[in-house]
Amino acid sequence: MTKLIIDDHSVYIATGSKELDPHLPSVVFIHGTGQDHTIWVLPTRYFARHQRNVLAVDLPGHGRSGGKPLSSIEAMAAWIVKVLDATGIKTATMVGHSMGSLVAIVVAARYADRVRALGLVGTAVPMAVSESLLASARDNSPDAIDMLTLWGHGAQAHLGGSATPGMWMLGGGRRLLERAAPGVIYTDLRACDEYRQGLNDANSITCRVLLILGQSDLLTPPRAARDLGAVLTDSEIVVLEKSGHAMLSERPEQVLEQLIRIV
Amino acid sequence: MAKPKTFSLDTLALHAGQKPDPTTGSRATPIYQTASYVFKDTDHAASIFNIERTGHVYSRISNPTNAVLEERISALEGGVGAIATASGQAAIHLGIATVVSAGEHIVSSRAIYGGTHNLLAYTLPRFGIETTFVDPRDADGLKNAIQDNTRLVFGETLGNPGLEVFNVPEVSRISHQAGLPLMVDSTFTTPYLSKPFDQGADIIVHSATKFLSGHGVVIGGLLVDSGKFDWEASGKFPTLTEPYAGFHELDFVEEFGSAAYIMRAREEGARDFGACMSPTTAFHVLQGIETLSLRMQRHQDNTRKLIAFLIGNEAVEWVNYPELPQHPDHELAKILLPKGCGAVFSFGLRGGRQAGQRFIDRLELVSHLANVGDAKTLVIHPASTTHHRMDTPALEAAGITEGLIRISVGIEDSDDIIADISKALRRSQKSLGS
Repeated sequence: MTKLIIDDHSVYIATGSKELDPHLPSVVFIHGTGQDHTIWVLPTRYFARHQRNVLAVDLPGHGRSGGKPLSSIEAMAAWIVKVLDATGIKTATMVGHSMGSLVAIVVAARYADRVRALGLVGTAVPMAVSESLLASARDNSPDAIDMLTLWGHGAQAHLGGSATPGMWMLGGGRRLLERAAPGVIYTDLRACDEYRQGLNDANSITCRVLLILGQSDLLTPPRAARDLGAVLTDSEIVVLEKSGHAMLSERPEQVLEQLIRIV
Repeated sequence: MAKPKTFSLDTLALHAGQKPDPTTGSRATPIYQTASYVFKDTDHAASIFNIERTGHVYSRISNPTNAVLEERISALEGGVGAIATASGQAAIHLGIATVVSAGEHIVSSRAIYGGTHNLLAYTLPRFGIETTFVDPRDADGLKNAIQDNTRLVFGETLGNPGLEVFNVPEVSRISHQAGLPLMVDSTFTTPYLSKPFDQGADIIVHSATKFLSGHGVVIGGLLVDSGKFDWEASGKFPTLTEPYAGFHELDFVEEFGSAAYIMRAREEGARDFGACMSPTTAFHVLQGIETLSLRMQRHQDNTRKLIAFLIGNEAVEWVNYPELPQHPDHELAKILLPKGCGAVFSFGLRGGRQAGQRFIDRLELVSHLANVGDAKTLVIHPASTTHHRMDTPALEAAGITEGLIRISVGIEDSDDIIADISKALRRSQKSLGS
């Protein structure tokens, strides 16, 4: 774990229990709406043991990082670059889930010299958010957590079958969102909804891009990433059968196998 | 836009945690009767050992059949994860040992199962863990019993055998104000009648031997983590918030967030104490849970019919059941247990201890044994069996009289249960006069 101060606020970065070494290849993991670094626990630990610098960040106002949540995808991308600067890392593979995938797109497009490859897990461009979800989140209603949890897991996951023994995926997903401070989920969702430059940004990305999509994803269905895949110059799309949006818990092994190809 | 939907308890009881076996298509959960699991290569092995990949290493720590059961009970309770153990007592021990260490302290309801009382009062002190027992109805007493070194508050949803209704919302508020988790034994109520996590509990334990498996054929336990307790904010739980030398300096809260407790329980407690459930037992418990709703409702219906009969019987001095207006927790039960107060209750016979013994000896259909939660109707005399190690003051403190009969109502035809008990009641009273 590494702790930094950026913009006068504490920053938490999970490193897979290893010290950062700028000489090793690096990977930055960026979580989604209302979440934190814990969604990446398995790949974090895997890549840390496989001679990678791992930086699973908690975005401002999330998890163990201080400050308020940033209000735009562009601001989050700029913040990620500050993390790279603060840790002395010149280039890294950017891997983002959901909202984090949009952040990764902006980093790759606007700070191209800092990105080696891109992994977009559960992505869509644009990532429009329904008015009912935004309204519930604005009111800090438990309904928002219900929607994100239940729509965020594929039909099969609603009956379980966790790859991690003994874990109930819906319960874990719900608890993680419940820990978000009031306003965080709304700020994140609004940032996703208002980010409309995705295709323009993607058009300028030159690095290799791997899109990992869930066949049964209701929040970012594969069809919503079709245009994105079309404008990227070096991309590959992998669709995980019967997976919903919560691929890190629904299909952790398959996600890891794909990430190994680019990290 | 319509609200999102998911499956109800009845459906989860049948399906949660299991999908048809990908290799054979088996619809039922296979019994993976294996001690260990073949790794693909050395790196795969290292990855699983280091919690980088999912999978099983050794059935003491996890097993595919057990994992289905663990996931199912987590789904039914609304938790993040669970561990299946060799018995209910093993679940309680694992639950305690994960967060309480030598020199620390527990506050427990005194109206608890005799076996749990033994563990807390006599056995754990040998390992440096002390317990203060309190009246579960005395919130101030419970609050005052919390010490600087207290690390856990414990109670049963329904006291054993007095059926005190544990005020989970109030006790959880007191516990949380003190930075402590509340562990609740929900054996008597099961998720069909009570959802302690929804009421504020943080950890649930079950004796799966009882209503969950439901047929008196296995011994097993379950430890379930709500994932709600903020271990970091409490600052009292270094086993979860500081690097663990026993697992490469792993900090469980940092790495696993809301699943920290159950992960530590597995990676340390299941690994080192080793009180794992047999996969065959897990299969039997799963079979039981499939019909949990049907059985629990039948248990409940039969209980109400039997109580109505007993109340009108001249051989019966009193009946203790929270659904009765005279029960001290009647109003609380209506709030916390609206679907019913379960199938275990106690009653007293005219003639005290002697009448009680004669009643039991004259039963023919109903079985006299040390268990509850079987599909068959069971009775026992606590003072001479489950609570026999308790002296008279301790018995009185737990609300147990010498003539008390505890009954666990089964799912036989209620008329047959009542007929057997009616006959034994008559004979118990005749014997007194002879």
